[in-house]
Amino acid sequence: MTRITRRSFTAMAGAAAGASLAMPGIAFGAGARIAVIGGGFGGATAARYLKRLDPNLNVTLIEPSAKFITCPFSNLVLGGLKTMDDITHGYDGLTNGGVRVIRASAQGIDPSAKRLSLSTGTAVPYDKLVLSPGIDLNFGALPGYDQAAAEKVPHAWKAGAQTLLLKRQLEAMADGGTVIIVCPDNPYRCPPGPYERASMIAHYLKTKKPKSKILILDAKESFSKQALFQEGWQAVYGSMIEWLPGKAGGKVTAVDAKAMTVKTEFGDQKGAVINVIPPQTAGEVARAAGFAEPSGWCTVDVNTFQSKANADTYIVGDAAIAGQMPKSGFSANSQAKVVALAIVDGLNGRKPTPPAFANTCYSLVAPKYGISVANVYRVTEQGLVSVEGGVSPIGQPAQFRSQEATYGQGWYDSITMDMFG
Amino acid sequence: MTRRSHLMLLMCSVGLVIASPSEAQNGPTALALSCAACHGTDGKSPGAIPILAGRPAKELKEALTGFKAGTRPATVMNRLAKGYTDQEIDALADYFSRRK
Repeated sequence: MTRITRRSFTAMAGAAAGASLAMPGIAFGAGARIAVIGGGFGGATAARYLKRLDPNLNVTLIEPSAKFITCPFSNLVLGGLKTMDDITHGYDGLTNGGVRVIRASAQGIDPSAKRLSLSTGTAVPYDKLVLSPGIDLNFGALPGYDQAAAEKVPHAWKAGAQTLLLKRQLEAMADGGTVIIVCPDNPYRCPPGPYERASMIAHYLKTKKPKSKILILDAKESFSKQALFQEGWQAVYGSMIEWLPGKAGGKVTAVDAKAMTVKTEFGDQKGAVINVIPPQTAGEVARAAGFAEPSGWCTVDVNTFQSKANADTYIVGDAAIAGQMPKSGFSANSQAKVVALAIVDGLNGRKPTPPAFANTCYSLVAPKYGISVANVYRVTEQGLVSVEGGVSPIGQPAQFRSQEATYGQGWYDSITMDMFG
Repeated sequence: MTRRSHLMLLMCSVGLVIASPSEAQNGPTALALSCAACHGTDGKSPGAIPILAGRPAKELKEALTGFKAGTRPATVMNRLAKGYTDQEIDALADYFSRRK
């Protein structure tokens, strides 16, 4: 039988007591290895909060980009209100907070061996995995719209080079041109995003090319914050923006990037600039591991966001099927915190912290004209549903809309600090 | 000392840690953590949205109760606070009053 000396035992007990005084509740979680894939709103938040809730965890964040460019506010770059620098964030704050950041892409997940393989050739073993892979554009879904076509007809639905391509095309367009925005059916990343984009492009055109038009061709019959957007468009841009719902000829069935036309059931529409926001799926790494259902999105237990396909994997953000929660940065941030609590509670043998979720999403109609939707979500017998909330009221004075625009900026400043430190 | 007695002692100390009332009562709720997306980490907003950290619990409770009842003007908080229970409002007020 192994003997332990009085001195070594006292030292060990002292260390345990010291640790429990400094950081209550770390005992079982100490040293557990948590791998987080994806350094966006879900992944960066999860990594940061895991480390904050239990400083003894070994948290590794795997992200191929050196810097993260936010999709939120990328429409403001198109409108000329922000620069790319304004929406670009580094990972130094996470590193300084004790998260190990590996610049690589996760190429494969072996859930039974609990190991990731990275693009760098390295293998990363883990005890728990948090997946926040975001979206992939489903290039097969809309005939004529593939990766090559996107170089002529940008999607700009992942912020970065595509955002700048669309911006350059708008700048090169002659006054009097028509900008077509093609919107997909639900579900997709950022439900009000296409309409904020139309607003920000209208702001640019109103200033620089006032004879131009924007035509939104929508697969849907209605859209997020519709009454607020339409009230704002009328007030600020007159008849510059036209929205066609699916049944009125809005549903696009094919794209011809060479001819700069899109096909609808009512005939072809020609644009000087065309922005196609195609249908989407969960990011490749989640689908390849078998975590997605045939729809392309990942099923999770909405109490914890634990994958229904694998108990050691948690999936947050756009990739997850999250009941009534929209695919937004705020949702991903909110879900990531529930996951961090669930993992830390589980590793420490604590009673689970009850889940609660929120989403607040601001859109900008014009520089001092903001609108919002805000909801509290809970798990009920009906699943993960909104229990309270809704959109901001229409018919408000300029002061109210200006306040919402200011708070939208405040939200951006806070959430990026919350993610990146 | 045998390994078994050592392990038992260690497990006792672990048990104490788990039962620690301060952790159970003052650990952040999921709702409190969700506030950070607008109000900043620990309620320390860096921008236009009000700071929550370190404000008196009474003041925070009055504000949240007023938003919930619709008696206090707001752009967003009147919509969100309706989704909080009175018990959650107390816990949020207490939690943010303790952030320094």
